[in-house]
Amino acid sequence: MASEMIVDITKFFPGRMTIDARFTQTLEPPTVLILFGPSGAGKTTVLRCLAGLEWPERGHIACWEETWLDTASGVRLPPQQRAIGYMAQEYALFPTHSVAGNIAYGLGSLTADERQRRVVEVLTLLQLQGVEKLRPAQLSGGQQQRVALARAIARHPRLLLLDEPLSALDVPTRSKLRGELRTLLKQLAIPSVVVTHDWEEALALGDQMAVISEGRVLQVGTPQDVFSRPLNAEVARVVGVETVVQGRIIESSNGLATVEVAGTKLVALAVEGSGPDVFVCIRAEDVVLETVGVGTTSARNHLVGMVREVSSLGALVRVGIDCGFSLSAMVTRSALDELHLAPGAPVVAAIKAGAVHLVPRRDGMATVTA
Amino acid sequence: MLTALVLLVIGLPLAYWLSFSRWRWKFLVESVVALPLVLPPTVLGFYILVAIGPHSPLGRFYTSLVGHPLPFTFEGLLFASILYSLPFAVQPFATAFDQVERRLIEASWTLGVSRVKTFFKLIIPLSVAGVVTGLVLSFAHTLGEFGVVLMVGGNIEGETRTVSIDIYDEVQALNYAGAAKTALFLLAISYGVLLAVYAINRKVWALWPQK
Repeated sequence: MASEMIVDITKFFPGRMTIDARFTQTLEPPTVLILFGPSGAGKTTVLRCLAGLEWPERGHIACWEETWLDTASGVRLPPQQRAIGYMAQEYALFPTHSVAGNIAYGLGSLTADERQRRVVEVLTLLQLQGVEKLRPAQLSGGQQQRVALARAIARHPRLLLLDEPLSALDVPTRSKLRGELRTLLKQLAIPSVVVTHDWEEALALGDQMAVISEGRVLQVGTPQDVFSRPLNAEVARVVGVETVVQGRIIESSNGLATVEVAGTKLVALAVEGSGPDVFVCIRAEDVVLETVGVGTTSARNHLVGMVREVSSLGALVRVGIDCGFSLSAMVTRSALDELHLAPGAPVVAAIKAGAVHLVPRRDGMATVTA
Repeated sequence: MLTALVLLVIGLPLAYWLSFSRWRWKFLVESVVALPLVLPPTVLGFYILVAIGPHSPLGRFYTSLVGHPLPFTFEGLLFASILYSLPFAVQPFATAFDQVERRLIEASWTLGVSRVKTFFKLIIPLSVAGVVTGLVLSFAHTLGEFGVVLMVGGNIEGETRTVSIDIYDEVQALNYAGAAKTALFLLAISYGVLLAVYAINRKVWALWPQK
């Protein structure tokens, strides 16, 4: 059986952009596909088409060689028959039902005993014991998010669709739950599609990533690939983080972490709850270039390297540097001329510790949970 | 009371359709349902009388089925009051359904629950206040109906004489004491019913926290 998801849809919105999305994705578990893009890009619409809640004017959707939608032959599989777990952005918990009632809601085909057992199972998995009798409105945001997730997975769906699963939470809760969600998705091993506009989320959760902008899929690849090797200027603009490399935390103290990347040591702000393996992310605007031999500055990281390439982006110039790993920097044209930056020239890249973002890596977590 | 129950059966699906359909000509049906609100009862009664009379196809069909014509019987009265009270049931129902968040309904669908089951498991519990309001209002409205009843039901004792017509008869017979008693009875019931409606719609007493 070809475990593949094929999506090719066109949906018109009068007076607005047209969604025209095309991609193929393996459903060999565990795969988490991230639909990444700015808000209003059409990610949610694509997800809703996958859920059967929205019907494109033209298109074809198939999963596991089962046609879910085919406008040419008039096939429209309703959401009830797709065996999916769908989690809407604001969770859409039923206010009339308790937590347990919400989770048991879709388990009508089970006997009362089986249903009870499954509810307890899912409650335990998501650490929701003790709140099962409460109403959704009595829960914290993080708890609501977990109840919504519990409800979505209770029926053993074949495909999990999560729309901005963490965006309704405040920032500290979000980074905590991001780790939990990563572990959970790994544990469940259900093929998943996750919509997000947060690049840290994309890196932390995704195996594959599709960049969507203005209704179109621009690039599909592993998150690291997409971030560090954007296909074109538009993708680069959408993802906004030019340097993503794998690193290893070798020391962590006083809120600062020392990371080793390809033999080079970098100082970054420490992240909570991560294993030693991390993605090191640096935005090109945050990299300051200096000529070799300038004294100390407040920046914690001074990387000696060599200019590899220079490409013009209007008023700004993007400089590719080899400093053990490849690093992108964005400088103005006049700075380029003053520093005499040309391919082959030596250069020092200065980066503040706060501009070096660490995102816990899936692989690292996998070995922890296994 | 029977009218209210029949209205529940007819009104809920109709209200569901009115609330959820995206059909562009929906407003045509909406205005027909609301028509009894503005039409003089005698006009409505007249048309109903003609429609169910022994000369109309509907009336002939009923006569062949039951053996006697529909007008001036309790069944005929029931039919008329259902039409007449339809907006009083359907509009609160539809308003309540309109307020049910669509994403909740979608969540139910993605959990494998059919549209019909979603209606009973989710939409009805979420619009309980509106459904009760519609029921009570249509009951009260039927109780106080005068014009249509007189047109379609006639005024046959024990069969089609309603409370409001009874008052009219008493006044015509100059029996003010009798009329006063019945009128007070009707006033008390109407006030009680409206008390119930407003109490139910008070959010303070709602069964679950509402947004």
